[in-house]
Amino acid sequence: MKALRNFLDKVKPNFEEGGKLSAFRSVFDGFETFLFVPNTVSKSGTHIHDIIDSKRVMSFVVIALIPALLFGMYNVGYQNYLVAGTLDQASFMEVFFYGFLAVLPKIIVSYVVGLGIEFTVAQWKHEEIQEGFLVSGMLIPLIVPVECPLWIIAVATAFAVIFAKEIFGGTGYNIFNVALITRAFLFFAYPTKMSGDQVWIAKESIFGLGNDLAGVDGYTGATALGQVATGSSTTITNAVNQAVDLKDMIIGLMPGSIGETSVIAIMIGAVILLVSGVANWRTMISVFVGGAVTAFLFNAIGSESNQVWNLDWMEHLCVGGFCFGAVFMATDPVTSPRTNSGKYIFGFLIGVVAIVIRCMNPGYPEGMMLAILLMNLFAALIDYCFVQRNINKRLNRLNNK
Amino acid sequence: MSNLKETFLTPLGLNNPVAVQVLGICSALAVTAQLEPAIVMGLSVTIILALANVVISLLRNTIPNRIRIIVQLVVVATLVTIVSEVLKAFAYDVSVALSVYVGLIITNCILMGRLEAFAMANGPVESLIDGIGNGLGYAIILVIVAFIRELFGAGTLFGCQVIPDCLYEAGYMNCGLMLMPPMALIILGCIIWAMRAKNPELQEK
Repeated sequence: MKALRNFLDKVKPNFEEGGKLSAFRSVFDGFETFLFVPNTVSKSGTHIHDIIDSKRVMSFVVIALIPALLFGMYNVGYQNYLVAGTLDQASFMEVFFYGFLAVLPKIIVSYVVGLGIEFTVAQWKHEEIQEGFLVSGMLIPLIVPVECPLWIIAVATAFAVIFAKEIFGGTGYNIFNVALITRAFLFFAYPTKMSGDQVWIAKESIFGLGNDLAGVDGYTGATALGQVATGSSTTITNAVNQAVDLKDMIIGLMPGSIGETSVIAIMIGAVILLVSGVANWRTMISVFVGGAVTAFLFNAIGSESNQVWNLDWMEHLCVGGFCFGAVFMATDPVTSPRTNSGKYIFGFLIGVVAIVIRCMNPGYPEGMMLAILLMNLFAALIDYCFVQRNINKRLNRLNNK
Repeated sequence: MSNLKETFLTPLGLNNPVAVQVLGICSALAVTAQLEPAIVMGLSVTIILALANVVISLLRNTIPNRIRIIVQLVVVATLVTIVSEVLKAFAYDVSVALSVYVGLIITNCILMGRLEAFAMANGPVESLIDGIGNGLGYAIILVIVAFIRELFGAGTLFGCQVIPDCLYEAGYMNCGLMLMPPMALIILGCIIWAMRAKNPELQEK
C-alpha cells in the first residue's frame, strides 16, 4: 500500500498543470481518488462530511454484488452442463470456470464502454472523473441474458451513459437508473436477444470447457415467468423439464438473467448493503410488501386464461428480477426519494406496479424493470409532496401558537 | 434580391422551424420511420405552405382582422384536402402510410405560424419564398431523422436493403427501438444539440 502511495506521489507532478502528461490529469485523478481517499478538506466555514466518500459507497455496492455475480457465473455453467447432460462428470471448478469465461467478457465490455465515455467526457469538460459507473458497470452484465451479444451490450451501455446520465449532468443528476436504461434499451431495441426461450442458457463451449448445445434438443430455455406467461399452468420447470418448488427458486439454479436468479446470493448482498448503511431498508422492505400484497390480491381473484395471476405470492417475489430489482435497483440513492416517508411510498408502488405489469400485460413477462423506471420518474414528485406537507404542518404549528 | 435569398435560406438553417422554433414536432415523430413517407410529407407541407402563404398574402389587405384565423384555416384546409386527394390518386401506398398525418397538416403549427407571422405582413413573392424555405426546412429535418431511423431500424433506404447480408450473418441486428417514436424524439434532440453546439447564438442565456 505504501509503495503504491509512493509511486503515485512520484508520478503525480507529471499530471499537474504544466507537466508533460497534464492532458490526462482527470484520468490520473480518477485513479488516485479511487485507490486512496482524497485528503482535501474544506477551508472555509463548518462542514459535516461522512468519512466515506462516494467512491467508497460505490465500492460497497460492488462488493454486495459479488455473491450474485459469483452465483450467476456458477449458474451459467450449471445450466449449460445440465442441458448437455454432463453435469455428473464435470467438477465444480469446470462448471464455475465455464460460467466465469462466459460472463467475464460482458463485464469487461460494460466497463470499457461506460468508463471510456465517462473518462472522455471528464477530460473534454475538464472535470473530475465521476464514480457512478463503478456500480452501473457491474449491474449491467448481471441483468442481461447470458447469450446477449457483446456488441449490443456495448451499444446499449453507450446509449444509457450518454442519454440517461451525461446529458442530465453526470453522476448524481440522472433521474433514471442507468443500468435499467441499458436494459430497457436492449429490451425494446433487440427483443429477440432479451426475451423468449433461446437466450438464457449459454450454448457454446469456450476454450474446451462447457458443451455445444447445437445438437441438443428437448430442453426449455424459458425463464420461470416466461413459462408461466405462455403456459397453461403455474408449474415451473427447470431447463430439463423437472418441476421446481419454492426452495429451488430461492436457491436459484434456473434460467434467467445472470445475476437475478438466486434469492440467497441477493440477500447476502442486501445484508452487506444494509449493514454498511449504503441502501435504505425502508425502500427495500416496502418493495417486497407492495409486491406481496398485489400478488396476493391477483392470486385471490384468479384467472382462467392468464396463469401469472394464479402464481403464489411467495413465488412471485422469488422468480424473475424482483429480488434483484428491490435490493440493488430500487435502493439507488440517486434515483429514489430522499425523504424517509417518500421511500415507503416509492418502494411500495414499485412492488405494486411490477406485479401489475407481470399480471396485466402478457407482452412483458417481467415487470420489475419498467416498474422501477416508472417510479424513478415520480421520485422527485414524491419528495416534493412530503417536503411541502412538512412545511405546511410546521407553518400551522407556528401560526397556532 | 439579397433579402429574398435570406428569406429562403434562414429557415433552412439558423431559423429552422423544427430544430430552432420547435414547431411541427408531432408529425416529425410520427411519419419518420421510413424515408419515403417522410419525403412525401415534407414536400406536401412545402407545397401547402407555399400556396397558402401566397393566397393569404394576396388576401391580406381584405381579410378583417377578427376572422383572419378562420380565413387562414379555410385556405389551408382546402389545400390540404387537394393534396390529400392527389396523394390518394397517385401515390396510394404512401398515403396509407401517412394515414391521418396528411389531414393533420391543417393543425401543423408551422403553417399557422408562417401565415400569421409572415404572409399577413408581406407581399406574395416574399411569401412564396418564405413558404418554400420553411417547408424545405421542415422537410430537411424529417429526411435526416427518417434516414437514420430507416437505416438503423430496418437496414433499408427507400425500402431497399442497404446493409449487406454479410453484416447480418456476422451478428448485426436492426435496432427495433429506432422504429418507435421515442427514438425519433431522441434523434431530433441530437440534431438540436448539434445545431446549438455549432451556433452558440441559438443557446438561451
